[in-house]
Amino acid sequence: MSSTATTQTRFEELDRYIDALPDRKGALIQVLHVAQDLFGYLPQDVQMHVARRLNIPAAKVFGVVTFYSFFNTEPRGQFTISVCLGTACFVRGSEDVLKEFEKQLRIGRDQTTADNLITLTTIRCVGACGLAPVVMVNDRVYGRVSAKDVASIIDDCMAQGGK
Amino acid sequence: MNRYRMHLMVCGGTGCRSSHSVQIVEALNQELKRAGMDQEVQVVTTGCFGFCEKGPIVKVYPDNVFYIEVKPTDAAELVAEHVVKGRTVQRLVYKDPAGGQRIAASTDMPFYGQQIRIALRNCGLIDPESIDEYISVDGYQALGKALSSMTQQQVVDALKKSGLRGRGGAGFPTGLKWQAALKTRSDKKYVVCNADEGDPGAFMDRSVLEGDPHSVVEAMAIAGYAIGADEGVVYVRAEYPLAVKRLKIAIAQAEEYGLLGAGILGTAFSFRIRLSLGAGAFVCGEETALLNSVEGGRGEPRMKPPFPAEKGLFGKPTVINNVETFANVCPILLNGPEWFASIGTEKSKGTKVFALSGKINNVGLAEVPMGITLREIIENIGGGVRNGRAFKAVQTGGPSGGCIPKSMLDLPIDYESLAAAGAMMGSGGMIVMDDTDCMVNIAKYYLDFTVDESCGKCTPCRVGNKRLFEILQRITDGKGTMKDLEDLETLGGTIRDCSLCQLGQTAPNPVLSTLKHFRDEYLAHVVEKRCPSGVCQNLIHYRVVAEKCIGCTVCARNCPVSCIAGERKSPHVIDEDKCIKCGVCFTKCPVDAIVKE
Repeated sequence: MSSTATTQTRFEELDRYIDALPDRKGALIQVLHVAQDLFGYLPQDVQMHVARRLNIPAAKVFGVVTFYSFFNTEPRGQFTISVCLGTACFVRGSEDVLKEFEKQLRIGRDQTTADNLITLTTIRCVGACGLAPVVMVNDRVYGRVSAKDVASIIDDCMAQGGK
Repeated sequence: MNRYRMHLMVCGGTGCRSSHSVQIVEALNQELKRAGMDQEVQVVTTGCFGFCEKGPIVKVYPDNVFYIEVKPTDAAELVAEHVVKGRTVQRLVYKDPAGGQRIAASTDMPFYGQQIRIALRNCGLIDPESIDEYISVDGYQALGKALSSMTQQQVVDALKKSGLRGRGGAGFPTGLKWQAALKTRSDKKYVVCNADEGDPGAFMDRSVLEGDPHSVVEAMAIAGYAIGADEGVVYVRAEYPLAVKRLKIAIAQAEEYGLLGAGILGTAFSFRIRLSLGAGAFVCGEETALLNSVEGGRGEPRMKPPFPAEKGLFGKPTVINNVETFANVCPILLNGPEWFASIGTEKSKGTKVFALSGKINNVGLAEVPMGITLREIIENIGGGVRNGRAFKAVQTGGPSGGCIPKSMLDLPIDYESLAAAGAMMGSGGMIVMDDTDCMVNIAKYYLDFTVDESCGKCTPCRVGNKRLFEILQRITDGKGTMKDLEDLETLGGTIRDCSLCQLGQTAPNPVLSTLKHFRDEYLAHVVEKRCPSGVCQNLIHYRVVAEKCIGCTVCARNCPVSCIAGERKSPHVIDEDKCIKCGVCFTKCPVDAIVKE
């Protein structure tokens, strides 16, 4: 993400998406989704770029980015571990699972490990309540997780890390 | 289309996929090929069967055998025994916990016995990624009927007569919404599907979108015809990637077949549908906040009136219905409004899908007629409370709902009765709690949620709920006073009366309903400084029962802060001042000599 060349191709790809939009009216959130897919997060220069290309105030873009929990203004780790705190998971002990992740990773909620491998976060219900408590690692769902399983989930991330 | 003598239906919902149902499909296909039967027997990936507790599920047609908790390694046995020899694999068949007998047919299982499936009619029955399969179960027939033989007003009248009410929470009559939008004159109108299912513990909309996306696409087109709209938008959570994928497939297929687009079925009616992805804001489930979000802005609610039916998306008349509401539309047109109105209670017609979860044996989706009692749902369908514990409460309606106690279990469920009990139908999440759940802590949990998700536009919700949360925090910390209980009620009432949108207006419900039904628990926290369920850390104490202690020193050796003292083979003592209440001693003691109180 650091090299200038790749950053430039990312901006070009974003522009291609914006240019292909049939109607820019109301497209901001969809554009931000695409931008975050490309860049991994939404730093200020990306937000400014979107504002200019859609011809809307940067303040509005910032307002939208900070309103929705899906958008990040800080880079994330290679793996995002999301502990579900929906009610079904909560009453089956997902808070203990979260605490165990915090303890073993030595980071708090919405923080990233120093090696940029893992970001720990929480979500509200992925609708897999039959498997409560649920933990998601990127798009993969782990079901019926207890504090005992935390170490092996972290190990899975470490093993796949860097690939 | 190929004809097969047997179908193996494998659940492809999010829950079962997480338990490797994709690998089961692969393994079954491999085994069928090996047995030379892949031209005779077809493996179909379907939508959710609803019985998520026992997933992954494989159902065999036409034999009507329902296999549960199937693993990819079971594929060989299923093919060799069931497919080849025609013998049911008994060990994978549901075992009735009451009698212990094996039940192979889903219709004979208590979980399905009382269900009537209208919204979920095709979930688990067809391949959601095939429009042909949808058409083979009367799909797009309702749209054809509306376009060829009904006027716009007749469609609206049918909806009104059916008594269908919004399934997303408030229960507003769908026909009236459509009527208002039909009546409003405009050059442009919209149909919006609210698929921003945000209530924790509710997953019926996800199941419909994943299991039967065409039923929503078709119903939206019917709504478009009825009100005179040519554009539809599905606002769907980004947290549901599978639902998004299947909706995209369904829309593309419908366009290809000429069931969406210009001049549908040879008529002058044109209708297109596009997706709009949410970005993780609970408040966007509120219809006017959702409209702002579709327009690309912050999801803050608007003042009502004007209602969306008059001034909605981009200022144009808009009908907004929830996924489950749309899923009921086609059967109403095909079977007639009288049929639909014959199910349910006087004011709440039809069925409702409930998502059972929490401390219940059978987690899953159950579609039942309105008017069924909570007890029937929890005890018969849900199979009672897990691990034999005592039932304490059932929470309905998510963060807008309330907790209903044991004494009200015989309540027949409809919109009015739940509201009268201080809860809410909401989207139909039902979370069962047992005697180990502290109701004050649950109220605090919901307030934490609301504080997090409040959009911040109006003061009662933004500030008031924060104060409610702080009071609850004090009470669970053991610092609460009787005045705090009074304040909870007064402040809760103010927030309810003064907030701009439903999120704020209903946010105090979890507090007010627990205060009403579980006041003794609040009093225990405030007066006796005790948490009866042993949840609130600051209010629990661990004590060694001297008579029971054998002096094995296990507790002392495992205590992370070394606060347990005592000689070998003599009773130990916990130093309360140093104890951090981690509970390690409690779980490690081999003779249960440590009590939590």
